[in-house]
Amino acid sequence: MDAVLRKQLQIHACHVRMGILDGVYHAKSGHPGGSLSIADLVTYLYFNRMNVYPDNPDYAGRDRLVLSKGHTAPALYAVLAERGFFPMDELKSLRHIGAMLQGHPCIHIPGVDMSSGSLGQGISAACGMALAGKHRAEDFQVYTILGDGELEEGQVWEAAMFAAHYGLDNLTAIVDNNGLQIDGKITEVCSPEPIPDKFAAFGWQVITMDAHDFDDIDRAFRAVEVVTGQPTVIIQKSVKGKGVSFMENQVGWHGSAPNAEQYQQAMQELQAELKRLEAQA
Amino acid sequence: MSEVIKKATRESYGEALVALAERYENLIVLDADLAAATKTGIFKKAYPDRHYDCGIAEANMMGVAAGLATMGMIPFASSFAMFAAGRAFEIVRNSIGYPHLNVKIGATHAGISVGEDGATHQCCEDIALMRTIPGMVILNPADHVEAKAAVEAAILHDGPVYCRFGRLAVPVFNDPETYRFEIGKGVVLREGMDIAIVATGLMVNEALQAADTLAQEGIHARVINIHTIKPLDTDLITAAAQECGKIVTCEEHSIIGGLGSAVAECVAETCPVPVHRIGVNDQYGYSGPAVELLKAFGLTAAHIVEVVKNAL
Repeated sequence: MDAVLRKQLQIHACHVRMGILDGVYHAKSGHPGGSLSIADLVTYLYFNRMNVYPDNPDYAGRDRLVLSKGHTAPALYAVLAERGFFPMDELKSLRHIGAMLQGHPCIHIPGVDMSSGSLGQGISAACGMALAGKHRAEDFQVYTILGDGELEEGQVWEAAMFAAHYGLDNLTAIVDNNGLQIDGKITEVCSPEPIPDKFAAFGWQVITMDAHDFDDIDRAFRAVEVVTGQPTVIIQKSVKGKGVSFMENQVGWHGSAPNAEQYQQAMQELQAELKRLEAQA
Repeated sequence: MSEVIKKATRESYGEALVALAERYENLIVLDADLAAATKTGIFKKAYPDRHYDCGIAEANMMGVAAGLATMGMIPFASSFAMFAAGRAFEIVRNSIGYPHLNVKIGATHAGISVGEDGATHQCCEDIALMRTIPGMVILNPADHVEAKAAVEAAILHDGPVYCRFGRLAVPVFNDPETYRFEIGKGVVLREGMDIAIVATGLMVNEALQAADTLAQEGIHARVINIHTIKPLDTDLITAAAQECGKIVTCEEHSIIGGLGSAVAECVAETCPVPVHRIGVNDQYGYSGPAVELLKAFGLTAAHIVEVVKNAL
């Protein structure tokens, strides 16, 4: 990847992480861990992959994204704000009464393509969108992001079967494989592993990538372009809480907000990272 | 008297989809391996490229329907009422109801008239479940003519619609030449001031027969067909309460949460009068021929007559 582009994406991702922290801190609740683990992914998608139109968010020919792991709405909202769908300040009213930004994605928010949050359902809606694209021979792409714990929902596999049966090669699912869910490690709660083998057995093209390396993310999505006749799943190896030292790989940060002190520390770390990136000539 | 023509409303559903396909090019049909039974197989044969089978996976089917609707398609997601409203309830609630998507649910084999398959397939809870979803329209047509009209009304309505159809062939009593269907508007089929019989689905014809029997005895019952359970025609129900003073409700559904509940909730607020609910009395069905089951559960004109007489 071009060095200038890489740095731009890294800076956007840093802003997205700060937006996530802002949202969850001011809401005094929410899901920072899994939001931070997809921050680089959504940054890449909205700034370097998807055809989206912040000034005309409902444009019919746009690419779609369904955040099947809807509890990580702060990441989606932060990247939509960073991309210009609504002001960054909106993030500070996340989860507040009367606010636009609901605790889980709502289709009425500019840039949000589908309401989600009840796990296992987003991938089905994404299948429906992709099916419509095939049915009408339109060439937009559909992306859906799932949690690895979410794969325990049976509906995911109903959808996986459906997508392969109808050859939905305009559908890409990304599994955020951070290895942790609310009750602990996914392998200890009720293991969905081996994840690649399961999707392969369901007829999907399987690609793995490093969730926090834009060069590898770019490689993975370029590989999707040549897949025909079947849906693709990208399994991204990620770090829950990525970018905030004390949140990384800590299951406790799945669904709790930082206090004032923790928020300050997190923002200082991200500010320092931002300065470091901006200092790179 | 001419011979009574009978037809199952599930057949009306399949026929209506075929008849309307040319006019509504965004109409698309989904099934969960029951196309032969839901009668959407007729549509599949006529328009194979507009029919998608989702396999035995109702949860995913409802989500796929939601996704199609976001793209401007008008999907009819078809299955038995038990699976469409029951198994897939939470997907209908969160992926269709909450985003208020333009999905039509074609739920066949509702009620105990499923017959021999027995309790696991006799859904008497679907209206209750669907009523709790904000913005959901619930249509429960009474005969072939009304069912076909309901399908087109569902297409013309922008938003989620639950359409309830039956397996059993039931008499066709509406005149196809003059019949007009309007969502949310009940139909007064018999005038009367002694009592109001409010019925829905296949119980409407039973209510008409009951009214005829009662009339011979000098009892004049008003018969109201409520084909739209939600939004309920509260003006018509309230007027019936005010003018008749007593109401009997008739439905092939649990007396909990269905038409009887909706009517009782309405008049409790607008004009409290006694409401006697005829339906399935908080119990499961069982196997048997449909007509015999309807008798066993008191879903007949004779039972309506009895309840009316006791109420007066």
